[in-house]
Parts: sequence; structure tokens; C-alpha cells
Amino acid sequence: MLSFDGLVAVCIVYVAGLFWVAFWVEKRASEGRARWLNSPLVYTLSLSIYTTAWTFYGAVGSAARSGLEFMTIYLGPTLVFIGWFWLLRKLVRIGRAQRITSIADMISSRYGKSGGLAALVTVLAVIGTTPYIALQLQSVTLSFSVFARPGALGAPDAESTAIWVAGGLALFTIVFGTRSLDVNERHPGLVSAIALEAVVKLFALLAVGAFVVWGVASGPADILARVEESSMADWKSNGARWVGITMLSAAAIVCLPRMFQVLVVENSDERHLATASWAFPLYLFLMSLFVIPIAVVGLQQMPAGANPDLFVLTLPLELGQGGLALLAFLGGFSAATSMVIVAALALSTMVSNHIIVPLWMRATEGENPMSGDMRRVALMARRLSIGGVLALGLIYYRLSGGTEALASIGLIAFLGVAQVLPALLGGLFWRGATRAGAAAGIGVGFLIWGWVLLVPNAATAGLMQGVLENGPFGIAWLRPATPLGLDGTDPLLTAMVMSLGANTFAFILGSLVTFPSPMERLMGAQFVNVYDHSQAPLAWKGSAGTADDLLTMAQRILGAGRAARLFREAAAGQGRQTQLPEPTPDFLEQLERELAGSVGAATANAMVGQITGGASVSVRDLLAVADETAQMMEYSSQLEAKSAELAQTAARLREANQKLTELSVQKDAFLSQISHELRTPMTSIRAFSEILMQGDALDAAGRQRFSRIIHDESLRLTRLLDDLLDLSVLEDGRVSLNMADTTLGDVLDRAENATSALEEGARLTIRRDKGAEDVPLWTDADRLAQVFINLISNAQKYCDAEAPELTISVHRLPGRVEVEFADNGSGIPPRQHSLIFEKFARADTAREAPGAGLGLAISREIMQRLGGGLTLVPGQSGATFRVRLPARALRAA
Amino acid sequence: MGARVLLVEDEANILEAISFLLSRDGWEVHGHGNGGTALETIARLKPDVVVLDVMLPGRSGLDILRDLRADPATERLPVLMLTAKGQAKDRDMALALGANAYLTKPFSNAEMLETLRHVADPDGDPSSTGSTP
Repeated sequence: MLSFDGLVAVCIVYVAGLFWVAFWVEKRASEGRARWLNSPLVYTLSLSIYTTAWTFYGAVGSAARSGLEFMTIYLGPTLVFIGWFWLLRKLVRIGRAQRITSIADMISSRYGKSGGLAALVTVLAVIGTTPYIALQLQSVTLSFSVFARPGALGAPDAESTAIWVAGGLALFTIVFGTRSLDVNERHPGLVSAIALEAVVKLFALLAVGAFVVWGVASGPADILARVEESSMADWKSNGARWVGITMLSAAAIVCLPRMFQVLVVENSDERHLATASWAFPLYLFLMSLFVIPIAVVGLQQMPAGANPDLFVLTLPLELGQGGLALLAFLGGFSAATSMVIVAALALSTMVSNHIIVPLWMRATEGENPMSGDMRRVALMARRLSIGGVLALGLIYYRLSGGTEALASIGLIAFLGVAQVLPALLGGLFWRGATRAGAAAGIGVGFLIWGWVLLVPNAATAGLMQGVLENGPFGIAWLRPATPLGLDGTDPLLTAMVMSLGANTFAFILGSLVTFPSPMERLMGAQFVNVYDHSQAPLAWKGSAGTADDLLTMAQRILGAGRAARLFREAAAGQGRQTQLPEPTPDFLEQLERELAGSVGAATANAMVGQITGGASVSVRDLLAVADETAQMMEYSSQLEAKSAELAQTAARLREANQKLTELSVQKDAFLSQISHELRTPMTSIRAFSEILMQGDALDAAGRQRFSRIIHDESLRLTRLLDDLLDLSVLEDGRVSLNMADTTLGDVLDRAENATSALEEGARLTIRRDKGAEDVPLWTDADRLAQVFINLISNAQKYCDAEAPELTISVHRLPGRVEVEFADNGSGIPPRQHSLIFEKFARADTAREAPGAGLGLAISREIMQRLGGGLTLVPGQSGATFRVRLPARALRAA
Repeated sequence: MGARVLLVEDEANILEAISFLLSRDGWEVHGHGNGGTALETIARLKPDVVVLDVMLPGRSGLDILRDLRADPATERLPVLMLTAKGQAKDRDMALALGANAYLTKPFSNAEMLETLRHVADPDGDPSSTGSTP
């Protein structure tokens, strides 16, 4: 018989072994070498935390008391895993896609990241799980006390045992559950230890079972015979209760915080679920295989009054199998500890994420939530939560005073957390489900459950005795044990139908009468249609792979050189030999900062989160990214518009500047020309008048000649000024035209008469076709004559032929009439064609002739005012000008 | 016989006025009205001093001046530039190209005579009528 001290020593060694396994796995995983960890078997074994000490010990007790009813606890999960596999797959897919950290996170995410809903679910989970933890502590304490028979040396103090166990479990959970604020919320070391414990408890139960069947009885046939003999065969099964508990356990497998933790949060590969869908039911089957034999044999072998909940342990002890008993003890110990560890982890995640951290953030509003300080706060909150959850369990255990019926507490806890089910299922499959509906359903169900089941169970201390017996304020139908006056029915079933029914009703009604917020609509669509949105699941890679991916991403954004330098320096800073640093929170933060400089903080956070699989890319992140992107796009399009505008303005400015420069150059040239044209006659006038003033040595003829020159030059000046004024008026468009009926021939006659009076006119012969000139015109005859005079006098001045001739021909064309003035001189050099209409321009050959060079410029202006034109006809032997009279100048003949 | 002066000027009346003025002052005056052939005339007549208008048909007075200064035979030939454009940049251009003096039309007769004398003989008695360079 093992001494109590020996038992404690075995426990310590066993726990130390668990620590070592967890440490070793964490180390391997951080080196990226834990491939076997990726096995679906580890995942399946970790799911076995469903079978706690309650099922390990309690199933036999239940079988001894109520026959096959214990099977329902296994039946529910089996049905879910085999029949509702698609539901689990959807849960896991959403959990991975949305980086869900807990069941509370799941519910709150689905309903628009509602903090209040998360807190509500968290409170529900804590209240529902606390008795469960108390149950585990109780089972461990009980099993200890079994070994230390009353009177034995060193009798254990049950309460101090519970404290030690709770403390040890808290330590283990803190060490492996909060090693770092693991962004992906996965804990490979912890999961491996759980898996190992799953093997231990299965092996222990099978060993006890095998001993009972083949060691005590003589095989399965003997067991069946014993069952027939025993009272178990007479127990009637309650159909309604069977259905109810099966449904309840089916709900529990997805709603229990610890189950959600291993099923969804710790899932590293969606494909593992396929293996678990048959392997986990198989595990449950093996766990239940020997329950009946142990119960039957226990009832026969053990003294009357022995606690059937402890048959697994007491039967081997009674039969002198100390080693087997120790194994059974370790199995129960494993079942209890693994449940407590995962439950504490899951609850602490919820409590810290949804209660402590939001409160802390509200208290320190305005500070950067991504700071390292925040991570420390979250980590500390998580550790405190673990301690708090276990302390709650301990307190509950001590207050409840060690109730004997373990199974009933388990079922009560099941129903408590099952209140989440309507909101969870509705959220997965019904887009119309709203936050208000979910809150109403959970709240109503929770209140009913608490009043009908929890209060009677917990308030055994006599505090509420009056309420229990008479109902609050003496209202009998509100009496918890017999709600609505229902008496004699199964309280669990009543509570289940009432709470879940009211819950579902409130949920649907609340959802129908309220409208979802945009965030809820978005999340609803993402949850319900998760398969449309998410990529095929990828296996979780080791940290080396993550660093690789981070580098690839960083290179895209920062450029290859800068990214490589950043990673190299970080790796060196961590004292690593490789180029890739460990993706520690510090490094991730630094990387995020670097990236944020390029792509914005929200995007950087989302990108890093996407790769590390952690910093959960929440909808808020995505919206922030969208906002940033929209801002950037708007900003850049504004910039683009601005820059286009600037370019246009610059072009216009350049154009204007060029025009101004041109105008300025033209003005300079014009002033220079005017200066020249004015100063030239003035020079002669001044010189000759000074000579005349001196009056010496001049004969009369000389005086007369000089006076004549002065007179001529004065006229020249006057003419020049007249021309300038004329041109100015014409150019400004201020000229008034005296339009009248006339004929082309008349105007040409006037011009010829005017020019023949001039000195030079004598030499030039003018040839006209008077027959063709009978063209009626509606025009300003004076102005048109001025143009003709200018053209004729130009020919008189510049035609360099021996016998100068000017031929004036008229061409009547559709809509216009053209008059050509062609002389027989050497013509105008082609390079000057573009110049002759400019002010003061004179062909070189015409240099010696008098005139300011304004004639053609004025003539062209006049023709434009008259609606026609004046052009030089190129390619002629002599100088040929064409005067075009417009159609509207023609009068119908 | 006084020093020989060539007037290159396309305005007949101005040419006549300056010729009268200089002849009366004792210069041997020659006139030429075309820029294009001015250099040949200078080479043929070998004047002691040239009065050169800027605005000339055929060739500008500034171009002629540039050629004169580039030719060793005429690089020291005194040149008095005349212009009607009256802008500072024209004067600067002419002086930069090596004109000895510059007059803007219209000028007074006295101004003309005095400037020409000085150009023809910078060191001489202003009252004398120039000398052979």
C-alpha cells in the first residue's frame, strides 16, 4: 500500500514530467522542428479534455446509480463529430479566418465586435465553469483521501490538498499558457502535455477495466451475466432525460470554453478535424467501454455505502492492486488537471481580453494600444486571471462543502454554457441575427439557468434557505426548485427547456425587431459565408517560416536592401547566427513601425498580423486599412489634379510670357523703327535749318533748295504720323467705314488718277481690262482706293524694269472677286515674303525709295476690315499682290 | 586740301547736308549710299575718316565696321557712327565693335564737325582740320 507521502511524490514526479514535456515541445516548436506536433492525433488527444475527472470517475458512479444514462455524455459529442462535422468545420474555418481567441471573442466578433456581448459571455463562462473547476479540485482531493485511509499516518487535510493542487495548476497554466503574449493564441507545449495526459487517463481506465473483466470476472460473458444479476438491469431509462442530456452534451462540445479553446483556437490545421471526426468518437468509445463492468463489479465487490464515483480507484485498492490503483489515480489526476489547465487558460484569455484590458484601456485612453507596455499589461492581466479563475474554483469548492453528486454539477455547468448556443448557431447560419437578439437570448437564458439550477445548488449554506423553500418575497411559483410551480419533474430538464427555449425565443425576437449595424452586417456575411471569403486553410508553419514570410513581405514594401538590413540587425540583436530574427513581439513591433512609414499603421499591423497569424486582423483593422487607403487615394488624386492644374497654369504662364516677350520685342522693334523713321527727316531738317540760320556763303538758289528739302521732309514727317495714326485706328478696330454702292472700275479709276499725279507715276504703264471691272460693290470706296493707291505706288517706286508695267486683272469667283496687281520687275526675294506686310518693312531692293514702310501693313489691315484680304502671290516673275473682296461685298447684279 | 572723309549714308538729304557742312569746313568729302558696296569704296578711296550710318540698304553699318576692324589695312581707320535708333544698346554695340565716336540723329552741325575733327585727330588742336593717320 502506497503511503500518502509516496503518492505526493508520484504526483510531483508526474507533474514535473508534464512540465518537462511542455518545455521540450515549446523549445522544439520555437526552433520549427516540431513536425509531429502537427499530427492530427495530438489534436484529437487534446480534445479529450472533454472527459474530465467527472467522466473518469463519475461515469462509473452514474452507471452504478442510473444505468446507461452516462452514455449520453459520450453520445452527444459523438453525434456532433460524426453527424455535424460541417458545423465544426465552419467553426474552425471562421476561427482561423477571424483569428478568434475564445468563444466570447467568437460571439462578440460575429455581432459587430461588441464589447458588451463579449463581457456577458465571459461572465457566463466564468460562472458556468467555476463549479466545474471546483468539481475537479474535489475529485483530486477525494482521490487523495481514498489513499489516506482514516487513521493512516499523515492523514491529509483535504482542503490544503485542494489549495496545493490549485496552486500547482495555476503555476503550470501561467508558465505554459502565458509564456509570451502569443499572438496566435496557440500553446504547443501545453497542448502536448494535455495530449500526454489524455493517453495516461485512457490507459489507466482501460487497465482498470481489463483487470475487472479478466482479473476479477472471467471475461465479457461473465460481466454480462453479472449485469443481468445486478439491479442495473432493472433501471428504466428516462427517454426525455436521455434526449435532453445528449443534446446538452452535444451543445457542450462546442460551447464549453475549454472545448472551444482546443477545438478552434489551438487548431493548427483544418484537416486535423477530419481525423478527429472519427478518432475522437473512438476515444470516447474506449473511455466508456469498461464503465459498466467496473460499475457492476464495484457494486458487487465494494461494501454497501461505498461511493460509486470512486469505484475506479477504490476497486483496485480493495482488491489489493496498489500499482493499478496508483495508475487509476494518475488517470483521474490527469483528467482533472488537464481540464483545469485548459479551462483556466480559456477563461483567462476571455477575462483579460474582454474585461480587464478594455477597462485598462478605458482608464488610460489615448495611449498607443500597440505599445510594449500594453503587451505587458495584457500578459499580466492574463496571469492574474488564471490565478483568479482557480481561486474562484477553490472558493466555490470550499463553500459548496464537497457535494457528493459530481455528475449533477457537471450537467449544471453544461447547461450554463449552452446558453451561448442559440447565438452561436444563429450567428453561423443566419445573417439576420443581431447583437440585441444575441444579448437578449443569452441574458434571458442565463438568468433562468442561474435561478433554477445554480442558486439551489450553490446556496446550500443556508443563506437563501428561505428563498429556496418559499420563493423570493414568498412568491411560490418563483421557487427555484419548482419553477412555475412545476413539481416532480426533472429539474435539469425543466431548466433546460425553460432556459434554452426562452433564450432561443428572445434571440430570434430580438434579432427580428432590431436592425444590424453595418459592422454586424459585414461580420455576419463573413461568418455565414466564410467559405466564400477565406482561403483554403494552411498548416501553421514554424517560426522560421514566419520570419521568412515576414522578410518577403518587408522586401516588397521596404525594398530588398533595407529589409535585409533590418532583419540582419534584428537577428544580430537577438544574438542569432542566421539572417532571420526570431519573430518576437519586440521585433514585430519594430517591423510594424518600419512598414507603417510606408503603408500606414493599420495596414502594417494587418500585414504583420496576417503573416504571424496573430495580431488578429479584425474588421476594425480592415476598416482602418480601407480608410487609410481611401485617404491615400484621395490625397494622391488631389495631388494629381493639383499637379495637372499646375502644369496647365505653367503652360499658360509660359505662353503668356512668350507672348509678352514677343510683344515686348515687337514693341521695342516698333519703337526703334518709329524712332528711326522720325529722326531721319528731322536730321535733314535740323542740319539744313542750322545752315540757313547761319546764312553765310549761300546764294539764293542754295537757300531755296535747302528750304525745299526742309519743306519736303516736314511733309514726310506729317505723312508718317498720319500713317501711324491710321494704322493704330485700323488695328484697334475703331475705324468707321462708309459703306456705299460703287463699282470696282470706279475705285480703280480713282486710284489710277491719284497716282498718276505723282512724280514717279509718269514712268509706270498701267494695263487694265475695263470690261471685267464692271463689278458692283458694297464697300468703303475711299479705303479700297487707298489700298489700290498703295499697290500702284509701290509698283511705281519699286518696279525695277526698264519699262515698268503694272497689270491689273479681275477674277470673278464664286462668292468673291479677286483683283491682281502684277508688275514686270524682278519681284520680291522669297525670304522677304513673310516680312513685307510687317510695319516699317521694306524689301532691300526698295531701300532707297522713300516711304516709311507702313503702306502694305495699312493696306492689309484695311482689307481685313472690309472683310477681304491682301496677299502676295508667290512664284511670279514680278511682284504680284492679290486683293480679295468677300462675297458679302458683292451686290446682286 | 583737307583730310578725306567718306560719308556712307542712304538718306540723300542727310548726305547732302553733311557734305555741304564738311566741304565748307575744308574736308574732301565723298558720299556713298549703299552698305553692300561700302567696303570697296573705302578700299578705293582710302579715306582718312569714315562717317558710317547704321541703317543701310544692302549691309548694316555695324557689319561694315566689324569688317573694317578685322582688316589690318583699316583696323585703325577712324570711324564715326551715325544712327537714328537712339537706343543705348546701339551705341554700346558700335563702341564695342571699335567705333571711335557715335552720334545720334538728329545732331547739331557744330556737334558733327567737332566730333569728326576729334575722331580724325584725337590729339590734335581741335581747330585744325585733321591729318593723315
